[in-house]
Amino acid sequence: MFMDTTSRQESIGGDNLVARLRSGDGGAFETLVRTQSPVLLRVARRFMHSEEDARDALQDAFVSAYKSIRSFEETAQISTWLHRIVVNACLMKLRTQRRHPEEDIEKYLPKFLEDGHQVESSVPWCETAETVLQRTELCGLVRRCIEQLPDTYRIVLLLRDIEELSTEEVAKMLGVTSNAVKIRLHRGRQALRTLLDPHMREIA
Amino acid sequence: MADRPYLPCTEIIGFLAEYLDGELSPERKFEFDRHLAVCPSCVAYLETYQETIRMARTTTNAPQLPIEDAPEDLIRAILSVIN
Repeated sequence: MFMDTTSRQESIGGDNLVARLRSGDGGAFETLVRTQSPVLLRVARRFMHSEEDARDALQDAFVSAYKSIRSFEETAQISTWLHRIVVNACLMKLRTQRRHPEEDIEKYLPKFLEDGHQVESSVPWCETAETVLQRTELCGLVRRCIEQLPDTYRIVLLLRDIEELSTEEVAKMLGVTSNAVKIRLHRGRQALRTLLDPHMREIA
Repeated sequence: MADRPYLPCTEIIGFLAEYLDGELSPERKFEFDRHLAVCPSCVAYLETYQETIRMARTTTNAPQLPIEDAPEDLIRAILSVIN
């Protein structure tokens, strides 16, 4: 069974859910878990490498939300607040399981001749984001290519290009400089482009 | 002026994000545009770089993508930890 994002937003609005949550109403929390888990699980799956880890991160996030519901400001959207808690739970989990040594990103970056030209000329692609979206196998391919990126770059790409957080927000979340975020984002995008290139050229 | 050398492709591709985000000075942007006007390879790189960003976004986050229900055992596990 599927439900679109808008229906889910509507299903938690309307009544005074936040007040019920704050008063310790268990039914209200169950409503929150049931309505928000599908969207939030999809977020966790983007960050984590396994289904088990995505589920664990979601569980950690709800426990954290339950404990801190009093700090939630009613001017904010509860779905946005929860979304941020899930992202933080994922980052915390990833930090503890960072792969060592991480794969070198250099092999995915463009190569240049001594005169500054590209070793291999770039060519246009046959596919666009719109055509890819209509084909399940290509959507899966893009997601697998993102998953293939070394975590240092993949996480920044997810936070900046997919979560659409600002450079400064990402720098703060990761405890690095804004410049480091910019460099990682550019390299992550370049590496993803390299991974997609042969597939997007070939499929007409 | 016409004989002034073009920026190398390394420079264009290295600072593509700044170019696309409008963070280059007008003089530097002019030099980027001058290079792109004569280098189909860098134009292709720029276009596929932009498409990469769009593909990453749409395949993971497009509003029209269906959202599957969360497994019941997971919901129960979360509720049992909280209760």
